[in-house]
Amino acid sequence: MEATIAPEHDEHATTTGLDHRKMLMWAFLGSDCMFFGSLIATYLIYRGQSLRGPFPYEVFDIPYTSVSAFVLLMSSLTMVLALGAIQRGDERRLRIWLIATAVLGSVFLGGQVYEFTLFVSEGVTLKTNLFGTTFFVLTGFHGAHVTVGVFMLLTLVGASYAGKVKQHQSINVELVGLYWHFVDIVWIVIFTVVYLVEAPAIEAAKAAVGH
Amino acid sequence: MATGTQSGGILARPTSIDGVWGWITTVDAKRIGMMYITTSILFFLWGGIQALIVRTQLSHPGAEFVSPDTYNSMFTMHALTMIFLAIMPMSVGFFNLVVPLQIGARDVAFPRMNALSYWVYLFGGILLSMGWLVGEAASAGWFAYAPLTESAYAANRGMDFYVLGLLVLGTSSMAGAFNFIVTIINLRAPGMSFFKLPVFVWMTFLTSILLVTAFPVITVALIELMFDRYLGANFFIASQGGDPLLWQHLFWVFGHPEVYILILPAMGIVSEVLPTFARKPLFGYSVIIFSGIVIGVMGWMVWSHHMFTVGLGTVAVGVFTVTTMLIAVPTGVKVFSWMATLWKGSIALTTANLYSIGFIALFVIGGLSGVSHAMSSSDFQQHETYYVIAHIHYVLFGGSIMALFSGLYYWYPKFTGRMMDERYGKVQFWMLFAGMNICFGPMHWVGMDGMPRRIYTYASNMGWDFWNMISTIGAFILGFSILLLLHNLVRSLKKGEIADGDPWDGRTLEWSIPSPAPHYNFARIPTVTDRDDWWARKYATGDDGITRPVPQGGAYGHGEEDVDVHSIHLPDPSYWPLVTAIGMALMGGGFAFHLAITVVGALIMTVGIYGWAFEPVNEPSDDH
Repeated sequence: MEATIAPEHDEHATTTGLDHRKMLMWAFLGSDCMFFGSLIATYLIYRGQSLRGPFPYEVFDIPYTSVSAFVLLMSSLTMVLALGAIQRGDERRLRIWLIATAVLGSVFLGGQVYEFTLFVSEGVTLKTNLFGTTFFVLTGFHGAHVTVGVFMLLTLVGASYAGKVKQHQSINVELVGLYWHFVDIVWIVIFTVVYLVEAPAIEAAKAAVGH
Repeated sequence: MATGTQSGGILARPTSIDGVWGWITTVDAKRIGMMYITTSILFFLWGGIQALIVRTQLSHPGAEFVSPDTYNSMFTMHALTMIFLAIMPMSVGFFNLVVPLQIGARDVAFPRMNALSYWVYLFGGILLSMGWLVGEAASAGWFAYAPLTESAYAANRGMDFYVLGLLVLGTSSMAGAFNFIVTIINLRAPGMSFFKLPVFVWMTFLTSILLVTAFPVITVALIELMFDRYLGANFFIASQGGDPLLWQHLFWVFGHPEVYILILPAMGIVSEVLPTFARKPLFGYSVIIFSGIVIGVMGWMVWSHHMFTVGLGTVAVGVFTVTTMLIAVPTGVKVFSWMATLWKGSIALTTANLYSIGFIALFVIGGLSGVSHAMSSSDFQQHETYYVIAHIHYVLFGGSIMALFSGLYYWYPKFTGRMMDERYGKVQFWMLFAGMNICFGPMHWVGMDGMPRRIYTYASNMGWDFWNMISTIGAFILGFSILLLLHNLVRSLKKGEIADGDPWDGRTLEWSIPSPAPHYNFARIPTVTDRDDWWARKYATGDDGITRPVPQGGAYGHGEEDVDVHSIHLPDPSYWPLVTAIGMALMGGGFAFHLAITVVGALIMTVGIYGWAFEPVNEPSDDH
């Protein structure tokens, strides 16, 4: 008598119950913390060490950067709304909120580009001094991360239009969401450590010239 | 099994695992592991040739075998080749071959990313070594201290290949590490809790965590150097207020965890081999695991012991002296546990076991010289001398390489179905052991006698002549023993004694399946109840304390015969990892040649990623 027994069939069973890809994304984000941590450490080590100006307090515009930080923060909200939509099976709202996230992210990037060109015109470049070097590399790599994120969001939008992002596949949106929130959190850290810490110096400089 | 039904054509998903194309598009961890090991052995030979050139130049004072510049490139590239292209990939090769089997899985969590890791390693290794082909190999030492590496002093492309090669290789290492972290957490067989895992799996896990946390730091250092060199940034330019020491800190914050990345897998291998050939469980399993964790954590707290002489100040030097001395403790714990494993064991001196026992002896010697480095006051004399080179080679050659060779002899039967020749192996082992000690032993006293590192020649009245000649002779004995190893590896493929599934009466799950391992690994995923579960299925210790074979032991459940192995689903092969890897390599390499190549590479990589993302793990097919 030949009894063929099929081997165990649940190929998606994982030891912890967590999807592999979600675990991978968390591990990757943990590693990316070390990446940004090293760039931020470099910025902090060199803070105040520039041999010549322009110095941060001369070029930073805190109100302006606060607005762009707020825009990025709101994009995390729209990202959450997008995930909520697809988890309810609402593919149309998924696309609306994903597009909104991508638009807000792009506005942030546009704001960065404007700010950087302004700084360059005011005499701060990669080559000028330590501030220019460390600032542009840190915020530049953050901007690159945001750009990759925008590409991923638009890819999801396209895939959704092609009918490839269904309710039971919401994990794909969740993964992009995790990445997007990480990029946002990194900006909160950069904004605080790089910009806000300079605020007293900016106020002092303004007071010194009688504003 | 992959038997898709799509029509043919170049762009169709590969479905066959046969032939060269089957290997190129493979996503099977066992094949990827064999590709890693083969490639790493080839790079090891290349690194060895570079070492023999170094030793020939140093064999007598005033030699003119190579020019000073070529000599500088030789020792730089020797180190880079051995560390990044030989030891690390050989370890990853074993991760691939052994970890899925030891945890009772069919493959790793991300088979295509696994393939990507291999191809990026191969292309990254070629990129790193590309300097030789254009006559401009990196020559500032493997640790590439600024400002020697800035454009003003290293104008040729050697440093560019260094930076770009390591950036590309870093992604390979990290992708592999992420894969093993998820695999080990998420693909364990039922019943295989963390504290039943074989020690090799634990060491793979810890090494992978170190990889994904340490590599970003050197990535940043390399990016900063790249920006200095290409775009006029000021990260390490003192005249602009930059600090060359920042490079050293960033490099060694990576560099110290890196040496634990180099040794932990080796310690894992030894922890598998010794119990098997002592026919006893590993002594102090929990302590060995915890000490591995402690080493991984403390490895982050010792980096400036590479910088004792740069002027850090007494407090910093004192702190790092203490932390470095402390980290010897968990390592010592492991050594005592291994010795206790052998104690009163029923020891079989197979070649694999000789290598692991040799590892203990030589790694301890390397550890002792390391502890003398920990003492900053003695390090002030030892730094930049041949004493450090002695230390490095005792821990990396007498340590990592010995353990990796032990793994080769131990696991060779599982993946080739044949045994390596034992008589030959023993000759080869003793020749290697002798050559290694003859070459590196004298470096201890030549270094203490003041011979500096990284000098292409030396004067004849320094008193170093005799021992340098001895070292060179030892190096050639060592080199010859490697040729013998190669011969054994290749010859045994066809002429080795046929091996059954369990030639060593092993303890862990990989020995419960036939040799060579079937491509599905296990016909039925086992349910695990014990540490050393395979041993527990074969033997039971009665109330009288005597261990006897279990009747009908050695089988899991019904046995493999009545499982329909054709319905086991394995991931289908794919060419997208190779395409993506080509794109990444071109992106990296383009910076050294022409930016148009970088742009083309980026496009290819993007196409590769999109193709991959939208390709299912398995093609739908008719047979299930």
